[in-house]
Amino acid sequence: MMLPAIHDAKLAWLFGGVLFLLLVSTLIGRWLKRRRKGEANRATIDNLNERIRAWWKMCAIFALAILVGRVGSLVLFGLISFLALREYMTLVPTRRGDHRTLFWSFFVIMPLQYYLIGIQWYGFFAIMIPVLAFVYVPTRIAIAGDTAHFLERAAKIQFGIMVCAYCLSHAPALLLLKIPGYEGQNARLLLYLVIVDQMSDVLQFVWGKLLGRNKIAWRVSPNKTWEGFFGGVLSATALGAALWWATPFTPLQSAGMSFTICILGFCGGLVMSAIKRDIGIKDFGRVIEGHGGILDRIDSLCFAAPIFFHLVRYYFVP
Amino acid sequence: MNDRIHPFASLLAAVARGITGVQVQWAGCEPDEKQRIYFANHTSHLDFVVLWSALPSDLRAHTRPVAAQDYWEISALRRYVVTNVFNAVLLQRGVMAQAKSPEEARYAGRALIEQMAAALGDQYSLILFPEGTRGNGEKVGSFRAGLYHLALRRPDVELVPAYLENMNRILPKGEVLPVPMLSLLTFGKPLQVEPGEEKETFLERAREAVSSLRRIGSA
Repeated sequence: MMLPAIHDAKLAWLFGGVLFLLLVSTLIGRWLKRRRKGEANRATIDNLNERIRAWWKMCAIFALAILVGRVGSLVLFGLISFLALREYMTLVPTRRGDHRTLFWSFFVIMPLQYYLIGIQWYGFFAIMIPVLAFVYVPTRIAIAGDTAHFLERAAKIQFGIMVCAYCLSHAPALLLLKIPGYEGQNARLLLYLVIVDQMSDVLQFVWGKLLGRNKIAWRVSPNKTWEGFFGGVLSATALGAALWWATPFTPLQSAGMSFTICILGFCGGLVMSAIKRDIGIKDFGRVIEGHGGILDRIDSLCFAAPIFFHLVRYYFVP
Repeated sequence: MNDRIHPFASLLAAVARGITGVQVQWAGCEPDEKQRIYFANHTSHLDFVVLWSALPSDLRAHTRPVAAQDYWEISALRRYVVTNVFNAVLLQRGVMAQAKSPEEARYAGRALIEQMAAALGDQYSLILFPEGTRGNGEKVGSFRAGLYHLALRRPDVELVPAYLENMNRILPKGEVLPVPMLSLLTFGKPLQVEPGEEKETFLERAREAVSSLRRIGSA
């Protein structure tokens, strides 16, 4: 298999930047660990170091997938979708009559969505889940015959497929877009989305820990504060703007795109927190150390990816 | 009897772990070489394989499931899997109900206990589902008396309760294809029959020991 990404100098710079950030944060984590005092601080710092260790692994896997090319990215995101859907369906109550529908969600609908990106069939990719699965899910539940909580069950399953499979699949679908003058460089666009989105999460967390006072929606998520929100969104937007050279955007356009990604990422996190609150749990799973589950890590990406995809498609693809 | 694990058993265990992504918690005891009877709630065909695969590999070779003969001897494949691959102890269900006199029923019951005691031997552990059949996952059903009699017959063997979470949603009764939800297996604190304890009291206490390990609420 060809590895065109290996010859992309700008991509190498992006990865180099990520590597540098990881190194710096690892050193800060070590330093904090040595001079920590008190039990409460200790837990926070241990959690921070756990998160940094997990970040190393996640970045390594992501880099490998990007280097392998389109198939690598599709397999990686397909796997993430699978794990996220699994966490979601595990915690959202379903009934015996949903079994076959759930089987289809995992083994037919979700893989088909990624297959459609693989064969570059945009028209079908865009409507398969919102139209076909939307019709299929309630029909199959109705055929199973159990009508208790019918609307709730159909809605829960459809929402899960929408968020975990449909929305998330728009990230690797960026590789499909044919942007004039940017051919063969779309891997950077995907990396750009993920960097800005995840850095927005991280920076909101950091600003919130440093300055957080006024809670935005304390009922939903006690950790989200206005200080964290503004600090995180603004600094991540600045970071995104500074990465304009890796994208088809001008610096100003890049700032606009990053701002949109940050705001939507925040919305995704808020919505998922509300769902978790409703079910009565803190995290969706324990797959990644320190981070909760997969779904806790990608909730922001699920909301940011489809909008970013369509913005790029609308403004940059003729 | 052999002490080696059949390669097909290891394969099935790996598949079951993959499908269920099971997380194992030893909440009341640690894995141990001691002879034990692991007893758990039963909602799925995957229950035994998942519980078995959750044990450290050196314990697996000495841990045998107890299964229903009438069900597992229907086809040659089933019989092969259950006896050759997993080295299961096959019990005849319903022999006591079919007995013509109370005398005969008692005799049949005792034969089953002797069969399990013999299967334990001096080095094996057993996996037992005392409900006797698969439930729907909402509530742990009442336990059959075998656990009580076996515990009296072999007081040297530890009784370890275990709760398998979500298995009824992964592969419920009557379905062939699994849905890969996450499962959780919790081992509880070993218990024993107290001196002079009545059969019903003990069985209810054992059922409660399993049921109390449940972490996730019902649907």
